[in-house]
Amino acid sequence: MREISAATITDAVARMCIEANYSLPDDVRDALREGLAVEESPAGRDVLEQLLENAEIAREEQVPICQDTGFAVVFVDLGQDAHITGGDLYGAIGAGVRKGYEEGYLRKSIVAHPLERVNTGDNTPAVIHVEVVPGDGLRITVAPKGGGSENMSSVRMLKPSDGVEGVKRFVVETVKTAGANPCPPIVVGVGIGGTMEKAAILAKKALLRRTGERSPVPFDAALEAELLTLVNNTGVGPAGLGGRVTALAVNVETFPAHIASLPVAVNIQCHAARHKEVTL
Amino acid sequence: MSGTIYTGRDAAHKRMFALLQSGKELPVDLRGQVIYYVGPTPAKPGRVIGSAGPTTSGRMDAYAPLLLAYGLKGMIGKGLRSQSVRDAIREHKAVYFGATGGAAALLARKVKSCEIVAYEDLGTEAIRRLVVEDLPVIVINDSSGGDLYTEGVRAYER
Repeated sequence: MREISAATITDAVARMCIEANYSLPDDVRDALREGLAVEESPAGRDVLEQLLENAEIAREEQVPICQDTGFAVVFVDLGQDAHITGGDLYGAIGAGVRKGYEEGYLRKSIVAHPLERVNTGDNTPAVIHVEVVPGDGLRITVAPKGGGSENMSSVRMLKPSDGVEGVKRFVVETVKTAGANPCPPIVVGVGIGGTMEKAAILAKKALLRRTGERSPVPFDAALEAELLTLVNNTGVGPAGLGGRVTALAVNVETFPAHIASLPVAVNIQCHAARHKEVTL
Repeated sequence: MSGTIYTGRDAAHKRMFALLQSGKELPVDLRGQVIYYVGPTPAKPGRVIGSAGPTTSGRMDAYAPLLLAYGLKGMIGKGLRSQSVRDAIREHKAVYFGATGGAAALLARKVKSCEIVAYEDLGTEAIRRLVVEDLPVIVINDSSGGDLYTEGVRAYER
């Protein structure tokens, strides 16, 4: 059994919270550049140029890309032969978020109760998804998620008879309704199958993929390409001002479904598709 | 945009709305002023302000018509406004400007001074007075009923 100290986890999480918020991933930057090459709308081009310049400033000056430094969403693959010492996994991650958001001058955006709405002051708790996997490793992904784009996300329990056309209609309708709100160009995560919460987690996980990387499942990869075209045909464009580049990517994740169900979740991510990953 | 503007988002709006509803004065005179919907990150030492991009304006829709009736003249944010806000913009001859969501590091560079003027207890949601220089904004809703979101999307829809 391999031992991993809680302090190591805390330090790694703190560092990832800061890095994710200061540095736009290269794949997203490249996708923005590609978008600039095809965007026809002058206002849309201006927005894409601003976003590229913004990412450069953030990286150079070591400041957050966006003032909404997000809810800290943390995915953990915990090897069943790994043993955490000197504290518990959830506590270690929480301490990392607290440390990262304080030391990185990140915004504290979490309220303790959804209706009483008093800020917790340290951006905790994190939303933590743990999966136990074979081996003795520990993989942690930190994905700070902004409220503006999260608010435009949606889950719908379709009927099996709605089929793939129903899924397409729902995705396009969600993007159209969101309009300018989620700071397009967006990345769209689509989770199909499982139960309601399974579909939602799949949609969130779909956002962790590198921009431009297609699903290994041929059916899903074809659906991704078609959905990207449909989403870009909405004309929403950069910042919702009208244009060709509404989404940089549409990523689909699927899971077996009940004979009675076709759950679909659409998780919208702004252009600041931030995520950092470490294997300890 | 260049000059003096004020910041405010959800929590500050809720308080100001309650004051106006009960006929009381606001802690800051916003008549003839522009409000920027933003909750900046904490400023690093030696900096004027942290990253400071617009938040989603729609969350202020419930409060905006009363503020416009009171005399607020401009709002800067991102995203769609409700019909009642668009009507109030026309009626009170105001303007809704869009700033680029997500361009928070770039927008922060345009802020030349920043001081908290009300509701300090709200932290990032406090009301701040900013002096900005060449803040890049675009008119979304004007006083004659124009709506760039609708017109822009229509031009590129397929």
